[in-house]
Amino acid sequence: MQEILTSFMPNLIDKWYEFLQAIVDTIIMELWAGGIGFVLGFTFGIILTVTREGGICENKPVFKILDAVTNLFRSIPFIILLTALMPLSRAIMGTAINIQGAIVPLVFGSVPFFTRQVQSALAQVQPGLVEAAESMGLSNFEIITRVYLRESAGQLARATTITAISLLGLTAMAGVVGAGGLGDFAIRYGHDRNMKDITWATVVILVIAVSLLQLVGDTIAKKSTH
Amino acid sequence: MIELRNIVKTFKDDKEKEVEALKNVSITIGDSEIYGIIGFSGAGKSTLVRCINLLEKPTSGEVKIDGVDLLKLSHKELRSERKKIGMIFQHFNLMPSRTVFGNVAFPLKKSGLGKKEIQKKVRELLNLVELSDKENAYPSELSGGQKQRVAIARALANDPKILLSDEATSALDPQTTESILKLLKHLNEKLGITIVLITHEMDVIKRICSRIAVMENGKVVEEGDVFDIFANPKHSLTKDFIKTTSNLYKLDEILKDDINGISPADGEVLTRLTYIQKEVSEPLISTVTKKFDVNLNILLADVEIVSGSPVGGTVVKFSGESIKIDEAIQYLRDRHVGVEVIKDARNPY
Ligand SMILES: Nc1ncnc2c1ncn2[C@@H]1O[C@H](COP(=O)(O)OP(=O)(O)O)[C@@H](O)[C@H]1O
Ligand SMILES: [Mg+2]
Repeated sequence: MQEILTSFMPNLIDKWYEFLQAIVDTIIMELWAGGIGFVLGFTFGIILTVTREGGICENKPVFKILDAVTNLFRSIPFIILLTALMPLSRAIMGTAINIQGAIVPLVFGSVPFFTRQVQSALAQVQPGLVEAAESMGLSNFEIITRVYLRESAGQLARATTITAISLLGLTAMAGVVGAGGLGDFAIRYGHDRNMKDITWATVVILVIAVSLLQLVGDTIAKKSTH
Repeated sequence: MIELRNIVKTFKDDKEKEVEALKNVSITIGDSEIYGIIGFSGAGKSTLVRCINLLEKPTSGEVKIDGVDLLKLSHKELRSERKKIGMIFQHFNLMPSRTVFGNVAFPLKKSGLGKKEIQKKVRELLNLVELSDKENAYPSELSGGQKQRVAIARALANDPKILLSDEATSALDPQTTESILKLLKHLNEKLGITIVLITHEMDVIKRICSRIAVMENGKVVEEGDVFDIFANPKHSLTKDFIKTTSNLYKLDEILKDDINGISPADGEVLTRLTYIQKEVSEPLISTVTKKFDVNLNILLADVEIVSGSPVGGTVVKFSGESIKIDEAIQYLRDRHVGVEVIKDARNPY
């Protein structure tokens, strides 16, 4: 068994521990950046929804500023964010390199995208539902939780899945700041040293990860749609 | 009692141009009335009704419910006031992610009722709207009429004194409309709830309303008892609306085409008579004929059931001596018969 594996994927077996470390690094980045991004994206998406014209707490300045900032960060390529945010990263995380150094750019890279996803999910809630809830005397907070979030749960699950998958793509670039992870592993060995088995193994792992995310997302989305 | 005083509402349209949706509207709606508001699309009906629970805040004016000035309340006070005003909509606005039970229980969350009490209340309400067997269905599994029943049950959950209905039957077929109107009437009689009902169909008004306001261009052009308005409409818009449900008012088209020579010949006067009881028409007409020595030729006769009572009407051609015709018309008017001269073909002096 051991022999067969070794002959099939000599480099992967050789770098087995580094490979496992890369998987763990990717998971850590995905969870931290995803977790923080999830909270921020939800918050901004909700704020944009309620402050827009005709929203339940209409507020032009807040909407305009948040809208502009979201657009700004959405248009900056991630590879530029990674280096441009190094000073901020250092200020917040104490370092601009390694996994800690990657979290801030990953959050900045994924939050604007997720914010738009959340905003568009919430926009699909029929205005009539909000109006009905208002007529029943619900507070704005209750309308957000009991109408907006609840009625768009399926769409929100889909938005979260898409963002998580695209975040996984972003983590592959985090090697630029020395954060490691699967993408970095594949480039350093698979590409730079032409170790094909390592490239393939990485791709397989990523495909499995994406499929799992998609499966979980679809299941939740389905469960919350009637 | 609902009192709307001098309500003005201006909107800004897309190009920042001002649109006056309500131009100084005042209406008073008494307890346990079914008050109808009729008008064409864009007349301002929805805006007016939404001013009652302040979903729309008037630009100026006063909104009082049982003497409480809603515009002076804090957000919190307004919210608790809104719980006493139920509302139903043309497109039902049920929460798709919740079952029928969940929808009816929706407004009860902060009512202070326990789980058991909420369950009991919801079942009572579903019983009232005759949907007990659909408790666990989702809105997407219901017909339009059933959806509106759920919406009505939901609107009644907090035992409101007032129910606002914005075109609640406009998306329904005639039979379903009929059953929903019956339900509303039943609720009004059983619970004493005041109903403010928007529609663009005179048929709906005729069936259940006790008073109506006719709206056009952000103004109330005619208001009063449904019965009086049917018997004696003043504004041309009101007449147009009545025409849509009553044969007696379709006369204009008949006249235009002069079907069966309905147009009065020289010396004749074509009139429309309306009275409260159809039976009275026969003796009155024969009396007038004898008393004034004029001829009354009945061309059309119909009875309308308006808010439960019959309104009779006939289209009559008078012929005879000019002065006698005037006297005969006056005689009828003195006896509370509405006489509307449609076409006077007598020679001017
Ligand atoms: N939110 C709004 N913004 C701008 N104009 C509005 C708004 N709501 C209503 N209007 C305008 O006010 C007028 C009355 O509308 P509405 O009350 O909905 O009429 P109705 O219910 O009788 O059809 C229309 O001209 C409509 O375009
Ligand atoms: Mg309307």
